[in-house]
Amino acid sequence: MTIKYNNVYINTTSTVTGPYEANGPLGSYFDKSFNDLYMGEKTWEDAESKLIKEALEILYEKIGNKDIDLFISGDLSNQLAASNYAFMGENIPFIGIYAACASSTLGLALAGSLLSKETEKIVTTVCSHNNAAEKQFRYPVEYGGPKPKTTTFTATGGVSALISHKKEGICLESATIGKVINSNITDVYHMGAVMAPAAADTIYRHLLDTGRSINYYDLILTGDLGIYGKEILQEYMLKEYGITMQNYNDTGTMLYNLQKQPVYAGASGPVCAPLVTYGYIFKEMQKKKLKRVLVVATGALMSPARVNEKESIPAIAHAVSLEAI
Amino acid sequence: MEKKKYKEIVDKHTPKENILVNALTAFTIGGIMGIIGQGLIEFYSYFLTIPEKEASVCMIVTLIFISCLLTSLGFFDKIVNFCKCGLIIPITGFAHATMSAALEYRKEGFVTGLGANMLKLSGAVIIFGVVSAWTFSLIRMLLGVI
Repeated sequence: MTIKYNNVYINTTSTVTGPYEANGPLGSYFDKSFNDLYMGEKTWEDAESKLIKEALEILYEKIGNKDIDLFISGDLSNQLAASNYAFMGENIPFIGIYAACASSTLGLALAGSLLSKETEKIVTTVCSHNNAAEKQFRYPVEYGGPKPKTTTFTATGGVSALISHKKEGICLESATIGKVINSNITDVYHMGAVMAPAAADTIYRHLLDTGRSINYYDLILTGDLGIYGKEILQEYMLKEYGITMQNYNDTGTMLYNLQKQPVYAGASGPVCAPLVTYGYIFKEMQKKKLKRVLVVATGALMSPARVNEKESIPAIAHAVSLEAI
Repeated sequence: MEKKKYKEIVDKHTPKENILVNALTAFTIGGIMGIIGQGLIEFYSYFLTIPEKEASVCMIVTLIFISCLLTSLGFFDKIVNFCKCGLIIPITGFAHATMSAALEYRKEGFVTGLGANMLKLSGAVIIFGVVSAWTFSLIRMLLGVI
């Protein structure tokens, strides 16, 4: 399903990161970075919420007011705790969404659809925190434990984006809502392989729905497939749909210096795709170096209980088409 | 795409782990751990004149203390990442797993956090340790009877 929008724009964005992202190749593009993963808080959970709060503060500063009609937010924590606790004091209508690491583009797609007379200004946010995710999905942080090369590293950060009909910023042209795809993969350390078929399906259906060819876009970005997932997607697209992925990159491979930083196959997490998109890609679009970009954030809908029960991991990918104005 | 075909693509793009290097590292580090352990037993029994049976208990306690201390100081995870099973399999790994869980869940309360989660990783070691000890003792007893 592809939704075509009329005059929907992403006016302003804000990006906040942790230390690993700040030390990566895109470090200078972010609004604010913390040196410490606790960010002055006592728990990883509080630190994760703080990433959203900081992103919001920066957004308020940029737009000069707090005049927002609706918030849409997603993250990885159980019961969306990071988002719920961050918005507890905001006193503005709120929708929590979960699409794992595809939450960012789902938020944009929903915001574009929900714009109305009553909701003229919608802000979507996502966040993720490496240590909070490690604690919840894997092992205690201090345990570490050796991991395979295909493991991805959950990015730490919070982002926000203001969506309205005001012609300013970047145009949200259309969005394709993804389907839940069974990857038949059970390896929790190979999320790239879990999510590649979902990304491929969404890209293919987006092109089919819009009647466009792959060359229409100056850049196609997948969310967080990592080094190996990116290779899998390229081969899968060619073998399954006969499409050669041109002008293609994966934000998971862009956020960190893969040679120097200890991030295995690259970045992941809901914040991975929007950090690269809002921080770096938007600036390239505003400079007119890129005109049309398709962002396909990918989410592994992993449930630890279901994986322990030997079930394969479902995945989803939501795409948004962005245009420079 | 068929499950099998997709698996072929995935396998093609999945890097191989250096099993040989990992095994050699674990073997060497594990061996060094054994030497350190034996050295500690010798130290306790020779210098402190503790009987050998009690000296080995003192050795275990010393290794547990050192691992817990290094875990709490925040860099044992990096050493484990390098040494892998050389440090995970000995008592150091058990201590590290318990300590890291205790540190992580302390903030969720003494009983509901620390108490309930401290053995989250190492609990399985205790359970299956007891079960296998019981099984082997049973086998030994039966063989002794025959």
